[in-house]
Amino acid sequence: MSNLADLPGVPIEFKRNAREALDDGQLRRNFRGAMDFLMAKRTAQFPDADELERLRAFGNRVRARALSKLPDLLERLEANLTRNGVKVHWAETVEEANAIVHSIVQAHEAKNLIKGKSMVSEEMEMNHFLGERGVDCLESDMGEFIVQLREEKPSHIIMPAIHLNAGQVASLFHDKLEVDYTEDVDRLIQIGRETLRRKFFEADIGVSGVNFAIAETGTLLLVENEGNGRMSTTVPPVHIAVTGIEKVVENLRDVVPLLSLLTRSATGQPITTYVNMISSPRKADELDGPREVHLVLLDNGRSQAFADGALRQTLNCIRCGACMNHCPVYTRIGGHAYGTVYPGPIGKIVTPHMLGLEKTRDLPTASSMCGACGEVCPVKIPIPALLRRLREEAVRAPDEGPHHMRGQGAKYSAKERMIWKAWKAVNTSPGLYRVARFAGTRLRGLMPSNIGPWTEHHAPPKPAARSLHELARDHLGDE
Amino acid sequence: MSAKERILAKLRGSLEGTTAVADDYDEALVTVPWRYAPDKRLDRLREVLEAVHGETRLTTSADWPALVLAALAERGIGELLVSPATAHGQQFAGYLALNGGSLRLKAYDRPVEEWKDELFFHTPASLTGTLGGIAATGSLIVWPTPQEPRLMSLVPPLHIALLKASEVFDNLFEAMHAQGWAGGLPTNALLVSGPSKTADIQQTLAYGAHGPKELLVLILQDA
Repeated sequence: MSNLADLPGVPIEFKRNAREALDDGQLRRNFRGAMDFLMAKRTAQFPDADELERLRAFGNRVRARALSKLPDLLERLEANLTRNGVKVHWAETVEEANAIVHSIVQAHEAKNLIKGKSMVSEEMEMNHFLGERGVDCLESDMGEFIVQLREEKPSHIIMPAIHLNAGQVASLFHDKLEVDYTEDVDRLIQIGRETLRRKFFEADIGVSGVNFAIAETGTLLLVENEGNGRMSTTVPPVHIAVTGIEKVVENLRDVVPLLSLLTRSATGQPITTYVNMISSPRKADELDGPREVHLVLLDNGRSQAFADGALRQTLNCIRCGACMNHCPVYTRIGGHAYGTVYPGPIGKIVTPHMLGLEKTRDLPTASSMCGACGEVCPVKIPIPALLRRLREEAVRAPDEGPHHMRGQGAKYSAKERMIWKAWKAVNTSPGLYRVARFAGTRLRGLMPSNIGPWTEHHAPPKPAARSLHELARDHLGDE
Repeated sequence: MSAKERILAKLRGSLEGTTAVADDYDEALVTVPWRYAPDKRLDRLREVLEAVHGETRLTTSADWPALVLAALAERGIGELLVSPATAHGQQFAGYLALNGGSLRLKAYDRPVEEWKDELFFHTPASLTGTLGGIAATGSLIVWPTPQEPRLMSLVPPLHIALLKASEVFDNLFEAMHAQGWAGGLPTNALLVSGPSKTADIQQTLAYGAHGPKELLVLILQDA
């Protein structure tokens, strides 16, 4: 990614990134192996196709119900969390969210943050923001820790270091942590454990994401396997959870189907090692846990998606990653090529709301429309239909109402629009069609040899000398 | 207007004229496929838990202290973090007084800040109770208390948990319903399903990531 692409409004160079990724044999082998592994694991968790389909429909209803009362549920969540002693903050933009986190950091004169896995904090670029202000943020999820050591971003929302193999991690640890080179994964994980254990211990603040925020009880639910999430939310004296406004569910029982769909779809596990439900800071008689718990609710474009009934379905997402695991495009180019925090199919439908369509103009078209993402989505987000919708929004005239998207018309071309209008006129008027057909066949020599992206990879189309109608007439006339 | 007011106003504006989706919760779907005959319930829990490297032992409410002692001896562990304020803590201390050797018992009896170093680097094992188990997913229900705080089941490399057979539920829905979770959750409620693990390096599963490296579940069949 170039530095230019970091500027707002400058399109992400998806095509160039994709070409580079396609040329990287090691990267492609790493992703192919990882995706095959994750697809097989998921399949094994859903032996009963009927149960899977009914559960997906149920998950979809639970999410749709939550979104249909979202403002009320957010207020109920806040009221219950506040009653439990958790401080709730609201942020419309990532700048506001970072400022809130920074003010908490300043109030505690914190120097070291330890982070559990949080994609919303990636969205905020929290590490970078706080780093510039002299605050050290350390990732504690093994995959995130590896990626941070390499000064990279996660390439997958569930398995951040999926683009690397054991040898690459071995070299990294050898170089950065000054340990003996070993490709033994057990040993590598123990090195990570030993390095991070002291950091949990020393951190001033722990940061985490949230998988489900339960309005009924005022509870933040987090799933994980490593224990770093529990460490980050228990050991430091302050815990800050950051999450999107769509993560709320109405009742505690609503998490039962969602949890089952999430862990089975994501990593093919019946459940994760830990399901961590946090409802309050440390109480007077308790001996551990943070004395302060904060929740930052972030909008960052979600309310734009929410405004339209179809686009709202984007917010059903429970961030399992199954859509990317099954995506033929993602499997071949990996997560970094998208140049966004959320890669793959879900990234292509959620990021345009966060960054605008100018910046993400190539993402809705980075799809073969095979439909696999929509078929595996545990909450039945119609991802292919939403991709088509975003393509339409990208080519609608910028001034044409109603406006649904920031960056509407990012790929609008008056010439292209005129051609399609002419095409429509020709194909809906028999007289015009006959004239056009006659002209097309007789003037075929005038067909330009360069017609944009088509002729980059294909021969220019050339109409036949005579139309099918004419040929048929000749043929039948002979009989 | 505050950020909260602006966000809520936008969301409310978008919902104008719509009705809320009805709550047609499909209880059967999250319970019926996950039910087990009483004599198979423990088998299911053990099978799923052992598939993720949890160790289980069937025992009784009288015999379990001997198993704890044996497990610690087997591993050459000389210290155990256990609460003297719980019934099982007292039972174990009593057993140890009669049969013990050199095992030292440690209590989590002061705020973590006062003994962080010792907890993190010099506490090899802990013993806690549980609120029950879930057969479908091989999970322990753990609600930490002032007597058995949150880090007790997380920081020591070996976690030994006591599970009463009568408190094993078929599935999560039935557990939360029977125990009335929605009526009030504690500061922290946990489901623990095995020792900590990660597959973050080349999808290779490794146990003992940041939490316990081993989880030993002693199932009290007569309790």
